[in-house]
Amino acid sequence: MLQINNLHARINGKEILKGINLTVRDGEVHAIMGLNGAGKSTLSNVIVGHPAYEVTQGEVIFNGKDLLKMTPEERAHEGVFLSFQQPVEIPGVSMVNFMRAALNAKRQFQGLEPLSAGDFLKLMREKRKIVELDSRLTSRSVNEGFSGGEKKRNEIFQMAMLEPTFSILDETDSGLDVDALRIVAEGFNKLRTPQTSALVITHYQRLLDYLKPDVIHVLIGGMIVKTAGPELALEIENRGFDWIKEEVGL
Amino acid sequence: MKEKNGFVREVAEKKYQYGFTTDVHTEVIEKGLSEDVVRLISQKKGEPDWLLEFRLKAFRYWQTMEPPTWGHLKMPDIDYQDISYYANPTAGKLGKSGTSDEIDPELMKTFDKLGIPLEERLALSGTAVDAVMDSVSVKTTFREKLKEKGIIFCSISEAVKEHPELVREYLGSVVPYRDNFFAALNSAVFSDGSFVYIPKGVRCPMELSTYFRINARGTGQFERTLIVCDDDAYVSYLEGCTAPMRDENQLHAAIVEIVVKENAEVKYSTVQNWYPGDSEGKGGVLNLVTKRGHLRGRNSRLSWTQVETGSAITWKYPSCVLSGDGSQAEFYSVAVTNNYQQADTGTKMIHIGKNTKSTIISKGISAGKSQNAYRGLVKVAKTADNARNYSSCDSLLLGSKCGAHTFPYMDVHNDTAVVEHEATTSKISEDQLFYCNQRGINTEEAVSLIVNGYAKEVINKLPMEFAVEAQKLLGVSLEGSVG
Repeated sequence: MLQINNLHARINGKEILKGINLTVRDGEVHAIMGLNGAGKSTLSNVIVGHPAYEVTQGEVIFNGKDLLKMTPEERAHEGVFLSFQQPVEIPGVSMVNFMRAALNAKRQFQGLEPLSAGDFLKLMREKRKIVELDSRLTSRSVNEGFSGGEKKRNEIFQMAMLEPTFSILDETDSGLDVDALRIVAEGFNKLRTPQTSALVITHYQRLLDYLKPDVIHVLIGGMIVKTAGPELALEIENRGFDWIKEEVGL
Repeated sequence: MKEKNGFVREVAEKKYQYGFTTDVHTEVIEKGLSEDVVRLISQKKGEPDWLLEFRLKAFRYWQTMEPPTWGHLKMPDIDYQDISYYANPTAGKLGKSGTSDEIDPELMKTFDKLGIPLEERLALSGTAVDAVMDSVSVKTTFREKLKEKGIIFCSISEAVKEHPELVREYLGSVVPYRDNFFAALNSAVFSDGSFVYIPKGVRCPMELSTYFRINARGTGQFERTLIVCDDDAYVSYLEGCTAPMRDENQLHAAIVEIVVKENAEVKYSTVQNWYPGDSEGKGGVLNLVTKRGHLRGRNSRLSWTQVETGSAITWKYPSCVLSGDGSQAEFYSVAVTNNYQQADTGTKMIHIGKNTKSTIISKGISAGKSQNAYRGLVKVAKTADNARNYSSCDSLLLGSKCGAHTFPYMDVHNDTAVVEHEATTSKISEDQLFYCNQRGINTEEAVSLIVNGYAKEVINKLPMEFAVEAQKLLGVSLEGSVG
């Protein structure tokens, strides 16, 4: 599905990613853990094509295609989705209009007719249930006046609507209480299929308890320094990162 | 090389889809302005003496005036002797009676292309149209049907002939020729526009609309519209405008006068899409317009709704004089400027009657290297007990090379008045655009979504079909403004 080779990237002239190698196969969920400033969010932003980041070296191959050559919207159409760490508010643009524009843009890319208003609203109702998102929220402007937890649920709702094949969850668990975390995580799990994959960026084991990732990576100083099975996350939960730093000689 | 430039320009400008010209035999009088020209226009239109007198007084007064310079505008010098003041695209086709049974098929095609079919069977549902090209009204639809209710809807030239008493009573009664430089000019040389009279107690059953088109080269359009809504009557009126793309500036100096009597209501909506000039700021219409409504009767109501996306320069302040006790006025405006466009637009609310109420909602959107100013006056006279005004002026910026300015003036002479003003300035952020991009929405569509969301409050005031047009127009006007 996704293959990242020797990826280097910088922002404002400062190099953040220093040679990332990562392979995610169909149906796999990978978790990326690491201290603040290690480059986790940079990695997710580079994959989705945020214009503030400059790739200086390396490649990102997505289902055989060169992702770095595509615009952000093309990447979205190809099936890449980012659940933002801090979803932005867009006053005046209703969730309904926003989702409709997004879904129809994707359908156009796939050579499909736009969805009729009736079918679209029906789809919204169905998908809303996955994350128990109040209908009150979908009639509001995008993220405007949403609580932190509602914003995160809204991200997973959008993921449900757009049905990406590769999703990145960038600290989707931050700022969530126990109940909201369960709803978001269970919502995500309902959307998993053997054909979809995900990259989950988190600091905490509690999200991973729900998501049950296949592989855990530790990102330090812009490089993946350790890769192991799910037991690694538990060990980090107990022991922190220092022992890994020592192990790799940082 | 030349061809290549032509192609580049074509691509750059193709976004203005109304920029074509109509090849039709047009009678254009010689350039220049003098008493003789004023007399010639009046003669061509077969006008009575009182109207010629009105024109001449206005012309003599205009000669003593200087163009206004207070606008936040860089106005090019206009050579008033280098403009032709009368262009008739129906010359030779219309009989002396001015009836439009035989319209040049080219003219029919032009209006078809603009989406304004002049055949009644093809008309937009529930809309009667007066189509004006250059100086002449080409056709007014549904006149007979409206006549059954006593409603008069025709070109002002015809109204002068058929209802001289009405025109004489109201012409210049809301905007006197001494009002300002461009009003004086218009009063001297005005050509065509629409006349509407809604009799007492009649609710006009359809939307009335006038579509203005400038076609001929080197001419000015001096539209004159007069709407009189008698006691307990109601009308909703729409105005649309486009012009071909030309390298030189074209002058459009219009006057719209509205009289609203007791318990009557007028809704006036404009979608202004004059050619804005190219991306280098060359050409475009100079839209210098005086629009004013007089709420004469008790409990009369008037609302101006405007969506302004066109013109190189817009200088326009649709205003309301609230004389009748309990009268209510509204001004809803979206003004978009892109590239090198300049707009100085707003409103005046003059409260004279008791318990009068006015609302101003202005949304400015600036992109490119454009300048967009809101200028508004709220005046409360001594007599206007319990007058209320609420003004809200918002500016939205796209990019960092454009400007937004707000000039709210208040002049309050009554202690019982409540005048409120709110203003905000916001910017479409990179993060908002990227969020849309990540969801598969391209930047231009994202801008259109955001801008339409921002302007929703005003767009919702427009009649349905106009609202759809206006939404599309907002998107198109801002294409290429980001990224």
